[in-house]
Amino acid sequence: MHRIIEKEQLSAEVFRFKVEAPNIARERKAGQFIILQMGGDYNERIPLTIADADPEEGTITLIFQAVGESTHRLALLNVGDSIANLLGPLGKPTHIENFGRCVCVGGGIGVAPLYPIVKALKAAGNQVKVIIGARNKGLIIMEEEMRKAADELIVVTDDGSYGRKALVTEPLKELCSTWAPNLAVAIGPPIMMKFCALATKEFGVKTVVSLNTIMIDGTGMCGGCRVSIDGQTKFVCVDGPEFDGHQVDWNNMLTRLGTYKSQEAMAHHRCHIDLNIEEGKA
Amino acid sequence: MSEKSREVLEEEAKALLKDSYTAKERASLPVQPMPSQDPKQRIHNMDEVALGYTDSQALLEANRCLNCKNKPCVEGCPVGIDIPAFIHHITQRDIKAAGDEIAKASLLPAICGRVCPQENQCQLYCTVGKMHKDIDQSVSIGRLERYVADTLAKENEQSVAKIAPPTGKKVCVVGSGPASIAAAADLCKAGHKVTMFEALHKGGGVLVYGIPEFRLPKAIVARELAKLTAMGVDIQTNFLVGRTRSIKELMEKDGYDAVFVGSGAGLPKFMGIDGENLVGVLSANEFLTRSNLMKAYDHEHALTPMPQISKVAVFGGGNVAMDAARTALRLGAQKVSVIYRRSENELPARKEEVGHAKEEGVEFLLLHNPSRIIADESGHVKGVELLTCELGEPDASGRRSPVEIPGSETFYEYDTVIVAIGNNSNPLIKMTTEGIETTRKGTFVVNPDTNETTLKGVWAGGDIVLGAATVILAMGQGRKAAKAMNEYLAK
Ligand SMILES: Cc1cc2nc3c(=O)[nH]c(=O)nc-3n(C[C@H](O)[C@H](O)[C@H](O)COP(=O)(O)OP(=O)(O)OC[C@H]3O[C@@H](n4cnc5c(N)ncnc54)[C@H](O)[C@@H]3O)c2cc1C
Ligand SMILES: Cc1cc2nc3c(=O)[nH]c(=O)nc-3n(C[C@H](O)[C@H](O)[C@H](O)COP(=O)(O)OP(=O)(O)OC[C@H]3O[C@@H](n4cnc5c(N)ncnc54)[C@H](O)[C@@H]3O)c2cc1C
Ligand code: SF4
Ligand code: SF4
Ligand code: FES
Repeated sequence: MHRIIEKEQLSAEVFRFKVEAPNIARERKAGQFIILQMGGDYNERIPLTIADADPEEGTITLIFQAVGESTHRLALLNVGDSIANLLGPLGKPTHIENFGRCVCVGGGIGVAPLYPIVKALKAAGNQVKVIIGARNKGLIIMEEEMRKAADELIVVTDDGSYGRKALVTEPLKELCSTWAPNLAVAIGPPIMMKFCALATKEFGVKTVVSLNTIMIDGTGMCGGCRVSIDGQTKFVCVDGPEFDGHQVDWNNMLTRLGTYKSQEAMAHHRCHIDLNIEEGKA
Repeated sequence: MSEKSREVLEEEAKALLKDSYTAKERASLPVQPMPSQDPKQRIHNMDEVALGYTDSQALLEANRCLNCKNKPCVEGCPVGIDIPAFIHHITQRDIKAAGDEIAKASLLPAICGRVCPQENQCQLYCTVGKMHKDIDQSVSIGRLERYVADTLAKENEQSVAKIAPPTGKKVCVVGSGPASIAAAADLCKAGHKVTMFEALHKGGGVLVYGIPEFRLPKAIVARELAKLTAMGVDIQTNFLVGRTRSIKELMEKDGYDAVFVGSGAGLPKFMGIDGENLVGVLSANEFLTRSNLMKAYDHEHALTPMPQISKVAVFGGGNVAMDAARTALRLGAQKVSVIYRRSENELPARKEEVGHAKEEGVEFLLLHNPSRIIADESGHVKGVELLTCELGEPDASGRRSPVEIPGSETFYEYDTVIVAIGNNSNPLIKMTTEGIETTRKGTFVVNPDTNETTLKGVWAGGDIVLGAATVILAMGQGRKAAKAMNEYLAK
């Protein structure tokens, strides 16, 4: 059992938990994730990135967006409650070295998984510029942490309610042409990662993306997480989650993510009723 | 596999029971059919299909055994259960003694009695079958084994294992499938402190996530795991060896004196044909895991979704394919076809499961091989293209190999494809452990006498060594390794 020792609501839909998980805190590296299951026979297994960890304290930090039934149920847990099952750290750690100049792009909830990577890149001696973006001001998360960790931070919103009114790809293209980064890292909604990869391709900037495919076991057993990378089938949970964004078959990945759309939409609707959640309030 | 109800079968068997039989009478007793749920009903539920012998049926079936002096059937059992001895105890109505006899060789009779491919093992060698020149006439050894195990479980009569005084040694087993369960039990009995590490949130390996409830009730697997806990084995779920902790760290930092790896063959194979990543194509592992482990068949309660399926093509002809096909029917599929490139004789699945699948309405498209999977505009499966095959010369395995007939491509409409062509070994432990050698296929290289790997202090068994094999072989390997480990730890 993994006790929740801190809970914070970062925005209307986004929550931060600090959870006891000494084994995972000890081993985890930037870029890795966990899979949790809230006990019993019926709960789903949910993959979430390890946003931070404290090996001494034996805790890990998870930041998640309540998007569907399972993440809503998770959001209803409070300090002192426990998560029955927590498996990790999963996936390959981010490859960190001194690349020189790195631009890191985070969209929406993707800012959370980006944070440990930014810190690790900095620690390895890189110059790191960070772009974070969200639909509107209320959905911007971890701005303060990022400002501290990065050499420069650019904030954009789709509707201009905060920072610059733009999509993340705009400042990304500018940096590619003016600053010539050696590496780009983009994490966020798949569609955003797809367009970031398209943007950097023009400039020949190698781009790492972190794929959030549908998963069950996270150990390489089911193949549900498979994606096509440069024409080859890979399992995101064991071969990834990070891949070269220029080699991902984005269209296939986006269609596969939609596999359970109708069931999810029904569940989402149902959970707002069952769990007494107001629409728009997670 | 009988139309008759359990009650009728009991009455019929009872009528034939006598205190003693002549050899001739024994040989002419009718083989007892397995009472089963009606196929029309059972495709609407997940309950076990085979209901188990009644008392009189078991007694009668046991009396069909000739108690052969040379015990040919024992040759066919991978763990060498003294079959005539346990069956003789049944004829004496001493089920406890029968159970004790089985327990000398097998730790999981309730499971193996249900899932062993008996027709290729013990029953293949049975004198009675040979006499009738019909393997279906062999003594139903597996069913009797199941009867003994179930009867004792019902009466709570299972012998409690004797545990040696603590040795002060610490060992761990990786995985919780049959190989690891067997190894853990034997290591624990020797007095070692045993920890079992399982990656998933529930123990049991394939017995839990792969084989469906209707063939192996999960309560039986839970019972076996509860026995381990009662013996003192510490079962830690959500622990992925290689990621949560490496084998080297377990041995050097956490003080484990020896390690058994039973990590199975959990890496689904795909065919490498066009369209395999389309929406609507699932590995059998994914499909079965959603249904069994995540209980997605119970869509009222489960949060894990199941794809909406209507016309389902299953590629493959083994147990995994049968389980996927029959699960698909139970999930409401209108049509399910098993597509296999050889003929019925070569189907690797247990004969009983092929029979069950047919009774339930699964269609068999034999001598057909998929060449590609075709999508509609939205990227969802709309059908598969199949080539017709004919059987050529026998290959290395002795099976006649299929030869595709050029130009025979035909389109068949399906909305779901389940790929059940087998599993390779999961590479994670190999990837994260220096010193463990593997074969070209990725299975661990072990000393055949002891199952020790090329890394000192590490043993392995089950599918990680054999490739996708069987429950009984996995269990046997777990025991063999545990024996060698116990000798090593005693030094
Ligand atoms: C490696 C990895 C790391 C992730 N890290 C984070 C994170 O740090 N923070 C965060 O908020 N989210 C993260 N996600 C996404 C998160 O797992 C999903 O949002 C969550 O599972 C949705 O579950 P739900 O039942 O609430 O929503 P649903 O209504 O079931 O689904 C909403 C959307 O989430 C996706 N999804 C559904 N089920 C799964 C599943 N089993 N696995 C993966 N995706 C699924 C689907 O694309 C779907 O459209 C990560 C995903 C992966 C694969
Ligand atoms: C659908 C299906 C039907 C089958 N039907 C039959 C049948 O009818 N009869 C028969 O005899 N056989 C059948 N088999 C085969 C049989 O189930 C296997 O041969 C047997 O289960 C192998 O046992 P095992 O202990 O080697 O591994 P498994 O049962 O595969 O268990 C391995 C366990 O190890 C865990 N694991 C893996 N890696 C790690 C790690 N790094 N750290 C921690 N845990 C880990 C896995 O999660 C899993 O739980 C079937 C198999 C399948 C898939
Ligand atoms: S364990 Fe399997 S092979 Fe051995 S006797 Fe029992 S059913 Fe036959
Ligand atoms: S071969 Fe058949 S008849 Fe002979 S002992 Fe074995 S089960 Fe009995
Ligand atoms: S999640 Fe099952 S193989 Fe990756």
